[in-house]
Amino acid sequence: MSSTILEIIRTKGDETESVGRAAYEHPLVVRWCHWINAISLFVLVGSGLQIFRAFPSFGAKIPQHDLLHWPKAFAIGGWLGGALQWHLTFMWIYLASGLVYVAYQIFSGNYRQILFTHRDIPGIWPMVKHYFFLGKKPPATEPYNPLQKHAYTTVIVLGVLSVLTGFAIWKPVQLSSLAWLMGGFHWARLWHFLVMWAMLAFVFGHLVMVVLHGWNNFVSMLTGWKKDPEY
Amino acid sequence: MEPDTRKPVASEDGSETHVASEAAVEPADSPSLAPAREAVRALQQAKFSQISRRELLKVAPVLALGIFAVPKIQQALLTKGLRVSDWASARLFRRGHPAPTFADAALTPFEQFPINDYDVDDPGVIFENWTLTVSGALQNPAEYRLEQIQALPRFRQNTRHVCVEGWDVIGRFGGARLSDFLNMIGADTSARYITVACADDYYESLDMATALHPQTLLCYEMYDRPLTREHGAPLRLSVPTKIGYKQAKYLTALTVTNVLDGKVGYWEDQGYSSFYGL
Repeated sequence: MSSTILEIIRTKGDETESVGRAAYEHPLVVRWCHWINAISLFVLVGSGLQIFRAFPSFGAKIPQHDLLHWPKAFAIGGWLGGALQWHLTFMWIYLASGLVYVAYQIFSGNYRQILFTHRDIPGIWPMVKHYFFLGKKPPATEPYNPLQKHAYTTVIVLGVLSVLTGFAIWKPVQLSSLAWLMGGFHWARLWHFLVMWAMLAFVFGHLVMVVLHGWNNFVSMLTGWKKDPEY
Repeated sequence: MEPDTRKPVASEDGSETHVASEAAVEPADSPSLAPAREAVRALQQAKFSQISRRELLKVAPVLALGIFAVPKIQQALLTKGLRVSDWASARLFRRGHPAPTFADAALTPFEQFPINDYDVDDPGVIFENWTLTVSGALQNPAEYRLEQIQALPRFRQNTRHVCVEGWDVIGRFGGARLSDFLNMIGADTSARYITVACADDYYESLDMATALHPQTLLCYEMYDRPLTREHGAPLRLSVPTKIGYKQAKYLTALTVTNVLDGKVGYWEDQGYSSFYGL
């Protein structure tokens, strides 16, 4: 894969010394989409859970067996109507950022950086061993290792599923074929809920790795440049 | 762009230092323009800091979303967002597209069909005196009796009733097509809305396209029996292309109109979606 790599230097009089390297990893469009997506996902999850509070079950209304009483403190919108306003507003922002991101990745070719393909399969096991402290870190030759690619590819699939399941709930009549594919409105609601948890699992792992990989890695999603890349 | 592959800094004597020109190190937004990763070029630290700061600033517009956190503007923005959604909903509505119907075996048992009211289960309608007061943009404004509505062709359908809370049931509804009734009263179907008022002060409105949908019923039967009081006797709406709160019960009046005067519906006026088509 290709990314611009710089040697950063400092000149003092005649002396020039290297102070590190930097790789341009995240084009502006990707950074924009990342943060807009992060904000909208936060709002959608929070408001979605408030919506869920109105009927915290996936069974029948009568007799109702509640699965989960989600605390109000971890929800956005205050009441069902308010939460729906947040949800129905930010779903467009979420959808737009997702479409721009995917379109950009495809048309720029940048997708090669993160798309998990069969070529990444052999690299999985060494990386898994490393993550579980059972092996040396495989040498990095590109911005993302096979497991990262797997995660970032999976989460795009989850993003698509979150939109599709959401649309099936929002429009079970006009998009009746879509709802039918999911087993109807009733099941689509459950799939939508499960996709949310899968995305939250990704977000959790993502944040853990961001913390573990440190400041430079975090900054790269702001400036595009990652100082002292491993490759 | 010719990548400069000269090793800029590691030279033994320090004399071979090469600093790439500014133009050559501008980050290319398109990776296709980016040189292979072996092509390491040099950049002064100060210059790199400047580029980083500039790139950081380019991301700053994302903070504009923070406007949603400003209490004074927040509600206006969310109301606007909901309106965008409603606009899209109306665009997605297809006149000829039927709501899914179900076999009798899929019906939720009548006893398990929830009774949802905003006030009381039974607003105490006196059936003998009941009429539907019809007014607005139509030729035959009058008080219509239930028998007149029941004289119209009867349709029965097993459709899904979806509540905004998230639960859903499949019920059997019978009644006259609202479109047939609108025809009978000589309604101006180029008007934008029909509105209904209810015995319990509930009120609702439907866009005309939905009102004319063949599955939109003036419903006087559920499960092949006359409507029970708690389900909206003697007359309710059954609109399988709409969310539950649009299926108003205990109807007392119907108007055909072009303006809603800020009264869309009981729940809508508190912040719920005005269109809420399924």
